[in-house]
Amino acid sequence: MREVIRNIVRLLLFLFIEVYVLHSIPHLHRFISPSLYFIFLLWLPFSIRPRLLLWIAFFTGLIVDYFLQSPGLHASACLVLAFIRPFLITVLTPRDSTEFNYREPSPQSLLWAPYVIYITLLTFSYHTWLVFLEWLSFGSFGDFLIKTFASTAISLLLIIPIELLFPRQMRYRTNVGS
Amino acid sequence: MRNVILFIRRYLTFFTFLLLQILSLWFLYSYNKFHQAQFLQWANELTGQINTRYKKVENFFVLGEENKRLHRVNDSLLNLLAQQYVQPDTTKRLVVDTLLQDSTRQTRRYYFRPASVIYNSTSGEKNYIQLDRGSVEGITENMSVLNADGSAVGIVVSVSPHFSQVMSLLHVRQKVNVALKKTGDFGTLEWDGADPSVLLLKGLPKSVPVKVGDVVVSSRYSFNFPPGYPVGVVSGIVSDNSTNFYVLKVRPSARFNNLQHVFVVENLQYTEQSKLDEDTRKRIEDPKRNPR
Repeated sequence: MREVIRNIVRLLLFLFIEVYVLHSIPHLHRFISPSLYFIFLLWLPFSIRPRLLLWIAFFTGLIVDYFLQSPGLHASACLVLAFIRPFLITVLTPRDSTEFNYREPSPQSLLWAPYVIYITLLTFSYHTWLVFLEWLSFGSFGDFLIKTFASTAISLLLIIPIELLFPRQMRYRTNVGS
Repeated sequence: MRNVILFIRRYLTFFTFLLLQILSLWFLYSYNKFHQAQFLQWANELTGQINTRYKKVENFFVLGEENKRLHRVNDSLLNLLAQQYVQPDTTKRLVVDTLLQDSTRQTRRYYFRPASVIYNSTSGEKNYIQLDRGSVEGITENMSVLNADGSAVGIVVSVSPHFSQVMSLLHVRQKVNVALKKTGDFGTLEWDGADPSVLLLKGLPKSVPVKVGDVVVSSRYSFNFPPGYPVGVVSGIVSDNSTNFYVLKVRPSARFNNLQHVFVVENLQYTEQSKLDEDTRKRIEDPKRNPR
Protein backbone atom coordinates (compact mmCIF):
# COMPACT_ATOMS: atom_id res chain seq x y z
CA MET A 1 0.00 0.00 0.00
CA ARG A 2 2.78 2.40 0.93
CA GLU A 3 4.41 1.48 -2.33
CA VAL A 4 1.32 2.44 -4.31
CA ILE A 5 0.98 5.80 -2.55
CA ARG A 6 4.67 6.50 -3.00
CA ASN A 7 4.40 5.86 -6.72
CA ILE A 8 1.26 7.94 -7.13
CA VAL A 9 2.92 10.90 -5.39
CA ARG A 10 5.93 10.42 -7.64
CA LEU A 11 3.73 10.35 -10.74
CA LEU A 12 1.94 13.56 -9.76
CA LEU A 13 5.23 15.30 -9.06
CA PHE A 14 6.74 14.28 -12.37
CA LEU A 15 3.60 15.22 -14.29
CA PHE A 16 3.65 18.65 -12.67
CA ILE A 17 7.29 19.18 -13.60
CA GLU A 18 6.73 17.94 -17.14
CA VAL A 19 3.66 20.03 -17.86
CA TYR A 20 4.33 23.24 -15.96
CA VAL A 21 8.10 23.46 -16.01
CA LEU A 22 9.67 21.58 -18.90
CA HIS A 23 6.98 22.46 -21.40
CA SER A 24 6.42 26.01 -20.17
CA ILE A 25 9.99 27.24 -20.23
CA PRO A 26 10.90 29.39 -23.22
CA HIS A 27 11.92 27.54 -26.34
CA LEU A 28 15.48 26.27 -25.94
CA HIS A 29 16.32 25.02 -29.39
CA ARG A 30 14.46 23.27 -32.19
CA PHE A 31 16.28 20.02 -31.46
CA ILE A 32 16.16 20.10 -27.69
CA SER A 33 12.99 19.22 -25.87
CA PRO A 34 13.77 17.93 -22.38
CA SER A 35 11.50 15.33 -20.90
CA LEU A 36 11.57 13.78 -17.48
CA TYR A 37 8.28 12.20 -16.48
CA PHE A 38 9.11 8.77 -17.95
CA ILE A 39 11.59 8.00 -15.17
CA PHE A 40 8.46 7.33 -13.14
CA LEU A 41 8.20 4.19 -15.27
CA LEU A 42 11.89 3.39 -14.83
CA TRP A 43 11.52 3.61 -11.07
CA LEU A 44 8.56 1.26 -10.75
CA PRO A 45 9.30 -1.82 -8.62
CA PHE A 46 10.95 -4.94 -10.01
CA SER A 47 8.00 -7.00 -8.91
CA ILE A 48 5.51 -5.28 -11.21
CA ARG A 49 3.98 -7.57 -13.82
CA PRO A 50 4.80 -6.70 -17.46
CA ARG A 51 1.14 -6.41 -18.45
CA LEU A 52 0.31 -4.09 -15.57
CA LEU A 53 3.39 -2.06 -16.49
CA LEU A 54 2.05 -1.65 -20.02
CA TRP A 55 -1.28 -0.36 -18.76
CA ILE A 56 0.38 2.06 -16.34
CA ALA A 57 2.66 3.30 -19.10
CA PHE A 58 -0.27 3.79 -21.43
CA PHE A 59 -2.24 5.88 -18.96
CA THR A 60 0.79 7.88 -17.82
CA GLY A 61 1.52 8.78 -21.43
CA LEU A 62 -2.10 9.58 -22.08
CA ILE A 63 -2.32 12.00 -19.15
CA VAL A 64 0.74 13.85 -20.44
CA ASP A 65 -0.78 13.79 -23.92
CA TYR A 66 -4.03 15.38 -22.89
CA PHE A 67 -2.14 18.17 -21.14
CA LEU A 68 0.11 18.79 -24.11
CA GLN A 69 -2.53 18.33 -26.83
CA SER A 70 -1.02 15.38 -28.61
CA PRO A 71 -3.35 12.45 -27.79
CA GLY A 72 -1.53 9.16 -28.27
CA LEU A 73 1.98 10.44 -28.95
CA HIS A 74 3.55 10.09 -25.52
CA ALA A 75 1.35 7.10 -24.71
CA SER A 76 2.81 5.27 -27.68
CA ALA A 77 6.39 6.12 -26.71
CA CYS A 78 5.79 5.09 -23.08
CA LEU A 79 4.43 1.75 -24.29
CA VAL A 80 7.62 1.06 -26.20
CA LEU A 81 9.62 1.87 -23.09
CA ALA A 82 7.44 -0.33 -20.90
CA PHE A 83 7.67 -3.20 -23.34
CA ILE A 84 11.46 -3.15 -23.41
CA ARG A 85 11.96 -2.62 -19.66
CA PRO A 86 11.41 -6.23 -18.42
CA PHE A 87 13.86 -7.66 -20.97
CA LEU A 88 16.48 -5.12 -20.05
CA ILE A 89 16.09 -5.81 -16.35
CA THR A 90 16.51 -9.53 -16.95
CA VAL A 91 19.71 -8.88 -18.86
CA LEU A 92 21.18 -6.37 -16.43
CA THR A 93 20.50 -7.97 -13.05
CA PRO A 94 23.19 -10.15 -11.49
CA ARG A 95 22.87 -13.76 -12.49
CA ASP A 96 23.55 -15.40 -9.15
CA SER A 97 20.67 -13.88 -7.19
CA THR A 98 17.43 -15.72 -7.69
CA GLU A 99 15.40 -12.94 -6.09
CA PHE A 100 15.73 -9.22 -6.10
CA ASN A 101 17.25 -7.86 -2.97
CA TYR A 102 15.98 -4.37 -3.56
CA ARG A 103 12.55 -3.03 -4.32
CA GLU A 104 13.12 -1.02 -7.47
CA PRO A 105 15.81 -0.18 -10.04
CA SER A 106 18.31 2.33 -8.68
CA PRO A 107 22.07 2.90 -8.81
CA GLN A 108 22.22 1.04 -5.54
CA SER A 109 20.32 -2.04 -6.60
CA LEU A 110 21.70 -2.45 -10.10
CA LEU A 111 25.08 -0.79 -9.47
CA TRP A 112 26.06 2.35 -11.33
CA ALA A 113 27.32 0.98 -14.63
CA PRO A 114 24.36 -1.32 -15.40
CA TYR A 115 21.98 1.32 -14.11
CA VAL A 116 23.34 3.97 -16.48
CA ILE A 117 23.03 1.51 -19.35
CA TYR A 118 19.47 0.80 -18.22
CA ILE A 119 18.36 4.44 -18.21
CA THR A 120 20.34 5.34 -21.33
CA LEU A 121 18.86 2.56 -23.43
CA LEU A 122 15.30 3.17 -22.24
CA THR A 123 15.56 6.95 -22.62
CA PHE A 124 16.98 6.44 -26.07
CA SER A 125 14.24 4.04 -27.14
CA TYR A 126 11.58 6.36 -25.72
CA HIS A 127 12.93 9.37 -27.61
CA THR A 128 13.56 7.43 -30.80
CA TRP A 129 9.94 6.34 -31.00
CA LEU A 130 8.62 9.76 -29.94
CA VAL A 131 10.67 11.67 -32.49
CA PHE A 132 9.98 9.02 -35.11
CA LEU A 133 6.24 9.59 -34.76
CA GLU A 134 6.75 13.35 -34.94
CA TRP A 135 8.98 12.92 -37.97
CA LEU A 136 6.29 10.91 -39.79
CA SER A 137 4.05 13.94 -39.81
CA PHE A 138 6.71 16.59 -40.18
CA GLY A 139 10.41 17.18 -40.70
CA SER A 140 13.43 15.67 -42.44
CA PHE A 141 15.48 12.58 -41.66
CA GLY A 142 18.49 14.58 -40.55
CA ASP A 143 16.31 16.44 -38.07
CA PHE A 144 15.00 13.12 -36.80
CA LEU A 145 18.49 11.79 -36.07
CA ILE A 146 19.80 14.95 -34.45
CA LYS A 147 16.67 15.46 -32.41
CA THR A 148 16.69 11.90 -31.11
CA PHE A 149 20.26 12.16 -29.86
CA ALA A 150 19.91 15.71 -28.56
CA SER A 151 16.71 14.94 -26.64
CA THR A 152 18.19 11.76 -25.19
CA ALA A 153 21.29 13.66 -24.10
CA ILE A 154 19.36 16.49 -22.46
CA SER A 155 17.04 14.06 -20.68
CA LEU A 156 19.99 12.07 -19.35
CA LEU A 157 21.52 15.32 -18.27
CA LEU A 158 18.42 15.85 -16.14
CA ILE A 159 18.03 12.28 -14.89
CA ILE A 160 21.56 11.61 -13.70
CA PRO A 161 21.79 14.69 -11.44
CA ILE A 162 18.40 13.74 -10.02
CA GLU A 163 19.75 10.30 -9.16
CA LEU A 164 22.77 11.90 -7.53
CA LEU A 165 20.90 14.62 -5.68
CA PHE A 166 17.97 12.56 -4.44
CA PRO A 167 19.23 9.10 -3.60
CA ARG A 168 16.18 7.00 -2.87
CA GLN A 169 16.29 5.31 0.52
CA MET A 170 16.64 1.63 -0.22
CA ARG A 171 16.38 -1.03 2.35
CA TYR A 172 18.11 -4.29 1.75
CA ARG A 173 15.32 -6.82 1.70
CA THR A 174 15.88 -9.97 3.65
CA ASN A 175 13.48 -12.67 4.60
CA VAL A 176 14.30 -12.22 8.27
CA GLY A 177 11.35 -10.88 10.16
CA SER A 178 9.16 -10.12 7.18
CA MET B 1 -8.77 -23.97 -30.92
CA ARG B 2 -6.95 -24.92 -27.78
CA ASN B 3 -3.67 -24.17 -29.47
CA VAL B 4 -4.87 -20.72 -30.46
CA ILE B 5 -5.87 -19.92 -26.90
CA LEU B 6 -2.55 -21.27 -25.63
CA PHE B 7 -0.74 -19.15 -28.20
CA ILE B 8 -2.58 -16.01 -27.14
CA ARG B 9 -1.98 -16.75 -23.47
CA ARG B 10 1.66 -17.34 -24.11
CA TYR B 11 2.10 -13.97 -25.79
CA LEU B 12 -0.52 -12.08 -23.84
CA THR B 13 1.93 -9.34 -22.86
CA PHE B 14 2.92 -8.82 -26.44
CA PHE B 15 -0.70 -8.67 -27.55
CA THR B 16 -1.51 -6.16 -24.81
CA PHE B 17 1.38 -4.07 -26.06
CA LEU B 18 0.15 -4.32 -29.63
CA LEU B 19 -3.42 -3.46 -28.71
CA LEU B 20 -2.48 -0.41 -26.64
CA GLN B 21 -0.02 0.71 -29.28
CA ILE B 22 -2.68 0.56 -31.98
CA LEU B 23 -5.08 2.40 -29.69
CA SER B 24 -2.63 5.23 -29.05
CA LEU B 25 -1.67 5.52 -32.72
CA TRP B 26 -5.34 5.71 -33.59
CA PHE B 27 -5.73 8.54 -31.07
CA LEU B 28 -2.74 10.29 -32.57
CA TYR B 29 -3.78 10.04 -36.18
CA SER B 30 -7.41 10.97 -35.66
CA TYR B 31 -6.20 14.04 -33.78
CA ASN B 32 -3.59 15.03 -36.34
CA LYS B 33 -6.12 14.82 -39.13
CA PHE B 34 -9.25 16.39 -37.74
CA HIS B 35 -8.30 17.63 -34.28
CA GLN B 36 -10.98 15.34 -32.95
CA ALA B 37 -9.52 12.79 -30.63
CA GLN B 38 -11.40 10.38 -28.44
CA PHE B 39 -12.37 11.62 -24.98
CA LEU B 40 -10.82 14.96 -25.90
CA GLN B 41 -13.77 17.00 -24.63
CA TRP B 42 -13.81 15.18 -21.35
CA ALA B 43 -10.04 15.40 -20.97
CA ASN B 44 -10.16 19.05 -21.97
CA GLU B 45 -12.51 19.84 -19.12
CA LEU B 46 -10.24 18.08 -16.65
CA THR B 47 -6.94 19.58 -17.80
CA GLY B 48 -8.71 22.92 -18.03
CA GLN B 49 -9.70 22.80 -14.39
CA ILE B 50 -6.14 22.03 -13.30
CA ASN B 51 -4.61 24.59 -15.63
CA THR B 52 -6.98 27.27 -14.32
CA ARG B 53 -5.84 26.63 -10.75
CA TYR B 54 -2.22 26.79 -11.75
CA LYS B 55 -2.64 29.88 -13.90
CA LYS B 56 -4.31 31.74 -11.04
CA VAL B 57 -1.02 31.61 -9.18
CA GLU B 58 1.19 32.20 -12.19
CA ASN B 59 -0.79 35.18 -13.47
CA PHE B 60 0.01 37.02 -10.31
CA PHE B 61 3.66 37.29 -11.28
CA VAL B 62 3.12 38.72 -14.74
CA LEU B 63 0.49 41.31 -13.90
CA GLY B 64 2.92 44.17 -14.45
CA GLU B 65 3.63 43.17 -18.03
CA GLU B 66 -0.05 42.72 -18.78
CA ASN B 67 -0.91 46.11 -17.26
CA LYS B 68 1.64 47.80 -19.49
CA ARG B 69 0.16 46.12 -22.54
CA LEU B 70 -3.37 47.16 -21.63
CA HIS B 71 -2.17 50.67 -20.92
CA ARG B 72 -0.70 50.88 -24.40
CA VAL B 73 -3.97 49.71 -25.95
CA ASN B 74 -5.93 52.26 -23.92
CA ASP B 75 -3.50 54.90 -25.01
CA SER B 76 -3.99 54.09 -28.66
CA LEU B 77 -7.76 54.06 -28.24
CA LEU B 78 -7.83 57.36 -26.34
CA ASN B 79 -5.93 58.95 -29.18
CA LEU B 80 -8.68 57.95 -31.56
CA LEU B 81 -11.45 59.71 -29.62
CA ALA B 82 -13.30 62.41 -31.51
CA GLN B 83 -12.55 64.94 -28.76
CA GLN B 84 -8.86 64.81 -29.57
CA TYR B 85 -9.41 66.37 -32.98
CA VAL B 86 -10.05 70.06 -33.56
CA GLN B 87 -11.23 71.55 -36.77
CA PRO B 88 -9.40 74.75 -37.71
CA ASP B 89 -12.49 75.87 -39.58
CA THR B 90 -15.16 76.72 -36.99
CA THR B 91 -18.03 76.32 -39.41
CA LYS B 92 -17.20 72.65 -39.71
CA ARG B 93 -18.46 70.28 -37.12
CA LEU B 94 -17.24 66.80 -36.41
CA VAL B 95 -20.20 64.50 -36.62
CA VAL B 96 -20.01 60.93 -35.58
CA ASP B 97 -22.56 59.14 -37.68
CA THR B 98 -23.49 56.12 -35.67
CA LEU B 99 -25.37 54.60 -38.59
CA LEU B 100 -22.13 54.19 -40.48
CA GLN B 101 -20.74 52.07 -37.72
CA ASP B 102 -21.81 48.50 -38.07
CA SER B 103 -24.00 48.37 -35.02
CA THR B 104 -26.71 46.18 -36.44
CA ARG B 105 -26.55 42.44 -36.51
CA GLN B 106 -27.00 42.22 -40.27
CA THR B 107 -23.91 44.14 -41.19
CA ARG B 108 -21.73 43.30 -38.28
CA ARG B 109 -18.98 40.95 -39.34
CA TYR B 110 -16.73 40.39 -36.33
CA TYR B 111 -17.57 39.84 -32.73
CA PHE B 112 -14.91 39.97 -30.01
CA ARG B 113 -15.02 37.92 -26.84
CA PRO B 114 -12.48 38.21 -24.04
CA ALA B 115 -10.74 35.09 -22.76
CA SER B 116 -7.72 34.15 -20.66
CA VAL B 117 -4.91 31.81 -21.57
CA ILE B 118 -4.61 28.98 -19.07
CA TYR B 119 -2.03 26.76 -20.74
CA ASN B 120 0.53 27.70 -23.29
CA SER B 121 3.62 26.11 -24.72
CA THR B 122 6.18 27.25 -27.25
CA SER B 123 8.72 24.48 -26.87
CA GLY B 124 7.38 22.01 -29.42
CA GLU B 125 6.68 22.02 -33.12
CA LYS B 126 2.95 21.76 -32.62
CA ASN B 127 2.01 24.31 -30.04
CA TYR B 128 -1.46 24.69 -28.65
CA ILE B 129 -2.94 27.21 -26.27
CA GLN B 130 -5.79 26.50 -23.89
CA LEU B 131 -8.37 29.18 -23.16
CA ASP B 132 -10.84 29.37 -20.29
CA ARG B 133 -13.87 29.93 -22.53
CA GLY B 134 -15.78 27.20 -24.31
CA SER B 135 -18.93 26.40 -26.24
CA VAL B 136 -21.10 27.55 -23.32
CA GLU B 137 -19.71 31.05 -23.82
CA GLY B 138 -20.26 30.80 -27.56
CA ILE B 139 -16.80 29.84 -28.74
CA THR B 140 -16.76 27.59 -31.79
CA GLU B 141 -14.07 26.17 -34.02
CA ASN B 142 -12.33 28.36 -36.60
CA MET B 143 -12.57 31.55 -34.58
CA SER B 144 -9.38 33.57 -34.57
CA VAL B 145 -7.53 34.63 -31.45
CA LEU B 146 -5.87 38.02 -30.97
CA ASN B 147 -3.59 39.07 -28.16
CA ALA B 148 -4.58 41.84 -25.74
CA ASP B 149 -2.78 44.35 -27.97
CA GLY B 150 -4.47 43.07 -31.12
CA SER B 151 -1.69 40.96 -32.59
CA ALA B 152 -2.58 37.62 -34.14
CA VAL B 153 -2.13 34.53 -31.97
CA GLY B 154 -3.91 31.57 -33.54
CA ILE B 155 -7.12 29.82 -34.49
CA VAL B 156 -9.49 27.80 -32.30
CA VAL B 157 -9.41 24.15 -33.31
CA SER B 158 -11.50 22.38 -30.70
CA VAL B 159 -13.90 23.34 -27.96
CA SER B 160 -15.37 21.68 -24.91
CA PRO B 161 -18.18 23.21 -22.79
CA HIS B 162 -15.90 25.45 -20.71
CA PHE B 163 -12.52 25.40 -22.43
CA SER B 164 -11.11 25.66 -25.90
CA GLN B 165 -7.91 24.74 -27.69
CA VAL B 166 -6.14 27.18 -29.97
CA MET B 167 -3.67 26.18 -32.66
CA SER B 168 -1.00 28.81 -32.25
CA LEU B 169 0.78 30.51 -35.14
CA LEU B 170 3.74 28.47 -33.88
CA HIS B 171 2.36 25.24 -35.27
CA VAL B 172 3.84 23.53 -38.30
CA ARG B 173 0.41 22.94 -39.82
CA GLN B 174 -0.85 26.46 -39.34
CA LYS B 175 -1.46 28.48 -42.51
CA VAL B 176 -2.78 32.02 -42.25
CA ASN B 177 -3.57 34.42 -45.05
CA VAL B 178 -1.72 37.67 -44.34
CA ALA B 179 -0.95 40.85 -46.25
CA LEU B 180 1.69 43.56 -46.36
CA LYS B 181 0.31 46.65 -44.69
CA LYS B 182 2.02 48.98 -47.17
CA THR B 183 0.85 47.48 -50.44
CA GLY B 184 -1.94 45.09 -49.49
CA ASP B 185 -0.38 42.15 -51.35
CA PHE B 186 -1.19 38.90 -49.67
CA GLY B 187 0.67 35.69 -48.97
CA THR B 188 0.59 32.70 -46.66
CA LEU B 189 2.16 32.70 -43.23
CA GLU B 190 3.67 29.42 -42.06
CA TRP B 191 6.10 28.15 -39.47
CA ASP B 192 8.84 25.61 -40.10
CA GLY B 193 9.15 24.55 -36.48
CA ALA B 194 12.67 25.85 -36.07
CA ASP B 195 12.71 29.19 -34.31
CA PRO B 196 9.68 30.68 -32.52
CA SER B 197 10.85 34.19 -33.36
CA VAL B 198 10.82 33.53 -37.11
CA LEU B 199 7.64 32.86 -39.08
CA LEU B 200 7.77 32.40 -42.85
CA LEU B 201 5.72 34.40 -45.32
CA LYS B 202 5.42 32.64 -48.66
CA GLY B 203 3.63 33.24 -51.92
CA LEU B 204 4.33 36.95 -52.23
CA PRO B 205 5.39 37.78 -55.82
CA LYS B 206 8.82 39.34 -56.31
CA SER B 207 7.30 42.29 -58.16
CA VAL B 208 6.17 43.67 -54.81
CA PRO B 209 8.69 46.01 -53.19
CA VAL B 210 9.53 44.62 -49.75
CA LYS B 211 11.94 46.02 -47.18
CA VAL B 212 13.07 44.72 -43.83
CA GLY B 213 10.86 46.38 -41.26
CA ASP B 214 7.65 46.26 -43.30
CA VAL B 215 4.59 45.47 -41.22
CA VAL B 216 2.59 42.34 -41.95
CA VAL B 217 -1.10 42.42 -41.04
CA SER B 218 -3.99 39.98 -41.27
CA SER B 219 -5.43 39.89 -44.77
CA ARG B 220 -8.88 40.91 -45.93
CA TYR B 221 -9.20 37.50 -47.57
CA SER B 222 -8.78 35.55 -44.38
CA PHE B 223 -11.95 33.81 -43.24
CA ASN B 224 -10.82 33.73 -39.62
CA PHE B 225 -8.92 36.90 -38.83
CA PRO B 226 -10.40 40.39 -38.96
CA PRO B 227 -8.40 42.46 -41.47
CA GLY B 228 -5.65 44.86 -40.53
CA TYR B 229 -4.51 43.43 -37.22
CA PRO B 230 -0.74 43.20 -36.80
CA VAL B 231 0.85 39.80 -37.34
CA GLY B 232 4.52 40.67 -37.44
CA VAL B 233 7.37 42.61 -38.94
CA VAL B 234 9.55 41.48 -41.85
CA SER B 235 12.93 40.66 -40.33
CA GLY B 236 14.72 39.13 -43.27
CA ILE B 237 14.44 38.22 -46.94
CA VAL B 238 15.58 34.77 -48.04
CA SER B 239 16.85 35.02 -51.58
CA ASP B 240 15.70 32.14 -53.71
CA ASN B 241 16.36 32.58 -57.42
CA SER B 242 14.46 29.49 -58.47
CA THR B 243 11.01 30.94 -57.87
CA ASN B 244 9.22 34.15 -58.55
CA PHE B 245 8.02 34.38 -54.98
CA TYR B 246 9.60 35.75 -51.87
CA VAL B 247 10.27 33.77 -48.75
CA LEU B 248 10.16 36.37 -46.01
CA LYS B 249 11.15 35.94 -42.41
CA VAL B 250 8.60 37.54 -40.15
CA ARG B 251 9.09 38.32 -36.46
CA PRO B 252 5.69 37.80 -34.80
CA SER B 253 4.16 40.77 -32.98
CA ALA B 254 2.60 38.61 -30.30
CA ARG B 255 5.00 37.44 -27.65
CA PHE B 256 3.88 33.86 -27.38
CA ASN B 257 5.67 33.26 -24.14
CA ASN B 258 3.64 35.60 -22.00
CA LEU B 259 0.17 35.50 -23.43
CA GLN B 260 -2.36 36.23 -20.75
CA HIS B 261 -5.56 37.90 -21.86
CA VAL B 262 -6.70 37.42 -25.42
CA PHE B 263 -9.68 38.14 -27.65
CA VAL B 264 -11.53 35.40 -29.46
CA VAL B 265 -12.87 36.88 -32.67
CA GLU B 266 -15.85 35.38 -34.37
CA ASN B 267 -16.41 35.96 -38.06
CA LEU B 268 -20.19 36.04 -38.13
CA GLN B 269 -20.23 35.22 -41.83
CA TYR B 270 -17.76 32.36 -41.59
CA THR B 271 -20.26 29.57 -42.23
CA GLU B 272 -21.71 31.32 -45.24
CA GLN B 273 -18.31 32.12 -46.70
CA SER B 274 -16.84 28.68 -46.27
CA LYS B 275 -19.99 27.02 -47.61
CA LEU B 276 -19.90 29.17 -50.72
CA ASP B 277 -16.22 28.40 -51.14
CA GLU B 278 -16.83 24.69 -50.82
CA ASP B 279 -19.82 24.71 -53.15
CA THR B 280 -17.83 26.53 -55.80
CA ARG B 281 -15.02 24.05 -55.52
CA LYS B 282 -17.40 21.12 -55.82
CA ARG B 283 -19.05 22.60 -58.83
CA ILE B 284 -15.83 23.25 -60.68
CA GLU B 285 -14.32 19.89 -59.87
CA ASP B 286 -17.39 17.86 -60.70
CA PRO B 287 -19.16 19.60 -63.56
CA LYS B 288 -21.17 16.57 -64.62
CA ARG B 289 -23.18 16.31 -61.46
CA ASN B 290 -23.90 20.01 -61.28
CA PRO B 291 -24.13 21.27 -64.87
CA ARG B 292 -23.43 24.95 -65.15
